[in-house]
Amino acid sequence: MSKESTGAAAGRLSVFKTYKLYVGGKFPRSESGRVYEVTDSKGQWLANAPQSSRKDARDAVVAARKAFGGWSGTTAYNRGQVLYRVAEMLEGRREQFVREVAEAEGLSKSRAAAVVDATVDRWVWYAGWTDKIAQVIGGANPVAGPYFNLSSPEPTGVVAVLAPQESSFLGLISVLAPVIATGNTAVVIASERSPLPALSLGEVLATSDVPGGVVNVLSGRTAEIAAPLAAHQDVNAIDLAGADEALAKELEIAAADNLKRVLRPQPVDFAATPGIDRMTAFLETKTVWHPTGSLGASGSAY
Amino acid sequence: MDAVGLEARAAALGTRSIKTTAKAYAIDLAISMVDLTTLEGADTPGKVRALGAKAVHPDPTDRTAPTTAAVCVYPDMVAAAKAAVAGSGVKVASVATAFPAGRAALGVKLADVRDAVEAGADEIDMVIDRGAFLAGDYLKVYDEITAVKAACGDARLKVIFETGELSTYDNIRRASWLGMLAGADFIKTSTGKVAVNATPANTLLMLEAVRDFRAQTGVQVGVKPAGGIRTTKDAVKFLVLVNETAGGDWLDNHWFRFGASSLLNDLLMQRQKLATGRYSGPDYVTVD
Repeated sequence: MSKESTGAAAGRLSVFKTYKLYVGGKFPRSESGRVYEVTDSKGQWLANAPQSSRKDARDAVVAARKAFGGWSGTTAYNRGQVLYRVAEMLEGRREQFVREVAEAEGLSKSRAAAVVDATVDRWVWYAGWTDKIAQVIGGANPVAGPYFNLSSPEPTGVVAVLAPQESSFLGLISVLAPVIATGNTAVVIASERSPLPALSLGEVLATSDVPGGVVNVLSGRTAEIAAPLAAHQDVNAIDLAGADEALAKELEIAAADNLKRVLRPQPVDFAATPGIDRMTAFLETKTVWHPTGSLGASGSAY
Repeated sequence: MDAVGLEARAAALGTRSIKTTAKAYAIDLAISMVDLTTLEGADTPGKVRALGAKAVHPDPTDRTAPTTAAVCVYPDMVAAAKAAVAGSGVKVASVATAFPAGRAALGVKLADVRDAVEAGADEIDMVIDRGAFLAGDYLKVYDEITAVKAACGDARLKVIFETGELSTYDNIRRASWLGMLAGADFIKTSTGKVAVNATPANTLLMLEAVRDFRAQTGVQVGVKPAGGIRTTKDAVKFLVLVNETAGGDWLDNHWFRFGASSLLNDLLMQRQKLATGRYSGPDYVTVD
């Protein structure tokens, strides 16, 4: 806490921000009471972030499960509106995110601004997908019989997301937005070294129309928090974007126990146009058969 | 009563850390103390049968899980409950005396009790007349409890005070003594139908009352907090209160019960967590 002299005008006390978790629409400290030091790319202290424990992970899953019914039941159109609202809020906090991203990733102010712009645009892009994905990957299937056969995508459930370690904001939103755009709820583990943009995102979500519990943000040691999430019987899927090779293997084994969907992507360029793979990864397909009508004596209903 | 001191003591006892083998013991003890309850207008014989099956085998995937103490139903469901738990040792408790309001004539209340007892209820959960109690007509409350006790025959009588409607801790303490003097086998916090149900503080107060009553009269009376206890953590806190206040003699389902429905699933999920090391989820316990 030796930064009293920086930033503030002479004579004014600095007001440091207490970064907190975002779980169930609230901002708790870690249940364990622990924090860890977050530094910028040059090792300069920035803030203390909560160091979540497995109980925080459990609480986050409970919150995400509770929110799932409401969020997945929202119409796709409405979800799109809500997500667009998040983009509006992000835009309003642009300066803050530019600073946090610049400090976290060691970027110049203009490079960081470009990253934040790309991030907001990415969020808008996914907001637009909410009511279109069903048409693209669902629809009527041709079958050899007098039936309508229709497939429609449904969200997988509670998804644990290990946010990318390097890209603390664009990467985070690139893995989070597709999960919730399709109606899942998420427990996100922020980048271990650069968690501050993710924790600030919680404040944005809280002031948008996203119901509490739809997104839950945890910070701390990725391996420590990810292990209980991967083994958790009430988590339906896990995105291993932020896990290294060894951790990913361990988590995949733990996740196999309740047949979680596991997304273990190859290295991703988060600056490139994402495509729909991350949305389809956390969608299930429901197919229904429906008779086209009663068959008349002539053998045809038409 | 010292309200601040009582709440502070209840809160302090709630901070005990109960882990590993002690936690496993506490979970199994808590399961064995659950009065698995369904008190809805929409109760059907089918739902009561399902509840009975769950009381007998709380965790169908793990037969080492203990049975619950009892199932708790309305009087007209006693017969169905009795059939569902036959031969298992699980008791059938029935609410009676115009539950939950208790606003009926004494004759009606007694008929309600007899009806439940004749149908085979092992335990009767009666509500006191809060109106009479709050009006200061303690004798009426006392007489009503003694009359119900007589109507119970061999069935054990639990007396519900509806602590959330008694306003003060002094009233809860007074009601506890009134109930015990009138012959209650159990004193119970609440119906689960009002805003404030069992809290650590009012349960602590009632535990002190049964402890003091036994010290004075030699008669042991049970305690049943009911309503609002939904998590294993809460249940364990109550068990700490029991052990530290009334003592180990009450750590038995003959003397302490939880009136609950959703609590059981949380206890079972925590039990599975201890057995497997993985957090469990609602997919792995029965749907009620």
